[in-house]
Amino acid sequence: METKGNGNAASGRMVIDSISKSYGMGPLRQKVIQDCSFTLEPGKLTVLIGPSGCGKTTIINLLAGYEEIETGSISIDGKPVKGPGGDRLVVFQETALFPWMTLMQNVTFGPRMRGGRNSREIEGDALSLLQKVGLGDFRDKYPTQLSGGMQRRAELVRALINSPRVMMMDEPFRGLDAMTRELMQEYYIRLFEEHRITNLFVTSEIEEAIFLADRLVIMSYRPAQVRTVMEINLPRPREFSMLTSKEYLQYKKDALEILHEEAMKAFSTGTATCVADFLEAYSEIEEKK
Amino acid sequence: MSGRNKNSNSLGKLGKSIFNISFYRGVVAIIASLIFWEFAARVHLPVIGMIPAPSAVAGSLSSLIFTGYYWESWYVSFERVFSGFVMAQIIGIPVGLLMGMSRKFRDLGFPILEVLRPIPPLAWVPASVIFWPTPQMSMVFVTFLGAFFTTVLNILGGVSNIDIRYIRSARSFGASNKDIFWRIVLPATLPSLCTGMTVGMGITWEVVVAAEMIASRSGLGFLTWRSYVAGDYPVIVIGMISIGIAGYISSSIIRLLSGRATPWLKII
Repeated sequence: METKGNGNAASGRMVIDSISKSYGMGPLRQKVIQDCSFTLEPGKLTVLIGPSGCGKTTIINLLAGYEEIETGSISIDGKPVKGPGGDRLVVFQETALFPWMTLMQNVTFGPRMRGGRNSREIEGDALSLLQKVGLGDFRDKYPTQLSGGMQRRAELVRALINSPRVMMMDEPFRGLDAMTRELMQEYYIRLFEEHRITNLFVTSEIEEAIFLADRLVIMSYRPAQVRTVMEINLPRPREFSMLTSKEYLQYKKDALEILHEEAMKAFSTGTATCVADFLEAYSEIEEKK
Repeated sequence: MSGRNKNSNSLGKLGKSIFNISFYRGVVAIIASLIFWEFAARVHLPVIGMIPAPSAVAGSLSSLIFTGYYWESWYVSFERVFSGFVMAQIIGIPVGLLMGMSRKFRDLGFPILEVLRPIPPLAWVPASVIFWPTPQMSMVFVTFLGAFFTTVLNILGGVSNIDIRYIRSARSFGASNKDIFWRIVLPATLPSLCTGMTVGMGITWEVVVAAEMIASRSGLGFLTWRSYVAGDYPVIVIGMISIGIAGYISSSIIRLLSGRATPWLKII
């Protein structure tokens, strides 16, 4: 396993340039993303935050190549993004570990698919990563035998072992209880600070966002646009004690003001939201067929 | 040495899991119903008293059990059930997978499937006796139909319910279409297939027994029917219980295989 100082720390610059996306047909057609632009700097952790239902998951799907953008462009290290690829890995909301594979089989899935290395080497890498997140003894368990927090950690490892240029986390800790969530943030930030892979982290929790971020991208309500970009200049390694520092609280206050405005907008356009949410969910189902 | 240890250990566990309180309750219930049944037959209670007493059935069984005819009936019915069932899987699984994965194939196949499916397998008996060259083949065909539709529909449902995130992440990890089929689609569909097979196995026994009564001169269904025609009432009861036991053995086999095929479902 490549860790510190691999090629990824220097690469993984992702440029998102005025992308748009709509869902629905005819008069029901709604713009979900409009002229959205931001940049993921190499080796930095960018957090995308916005009111719930603003299309954050859609942005992940576009960046991962699961869905196609209508206008604009997405490029990674200068090359345009086309379809899903191993250079951009997604950790999904809730768990997407394959239930029929043991933890070890899940984690080694990526390296096995790419081929080129023998399985003993791959398993060695996987085991050392699993041990790092406290899952060494669970290598032969199935995902359903693990707790929610363990599943998310396993999922982090499953992405990380592939040394992607960019890792995209779609509200990965949603649905966990507060204690587990805090623990997961700690595991995650340690892994990030050690590997320095370019990361995009999507969340709707402001405290989590500022604690993790080098750069905070605040989204507007639908159609989603970049409202503000904030550089978070808190020192690394991050510690939970920073949550009481003056700088942290100032960032939080600034971000909250903007988010509050957007949330109010979202609230006042309630009906339109329902339609848009429905359309988005529906188009996902359609795609599945 | 360690393997042996493990073996005796698991045998011990098996013993414990079988001979527990639930088991003894079951035994008591069966013995109690046998005593009631015997009593009902001796005092000629209405309806239930018309059934031959357990003692009479046991007497018949003790002579029947040494005849080739009885075991031949078992063998013939099992052969029909398993031939039809296995054929249904061999044809049904690929058809279900194709329909699940290809929209074109589903559009073509689904209407035909939905018109044929409501026809009870037994309604096929006259037609299949006409168009299959041997009675055995027509029996197997009718049995096949019993399991075929269940398998196809369960697989179809299984494939279309696969979580799209599994396929998406497999793609991101660099899996080819072939990999996605063998490592994602197939294992994700296995639980539905197992359900389909358990249900299908039950249907095949229902079908084969009825079909044997109508259009065959062998098998457990025929044994039961012939005893009725001949007025040999205890053998009717033996036939019925034999069918019950045969069905139970068959579904136990399927359950065992299902458990082996889907180890991740057992432990929740």
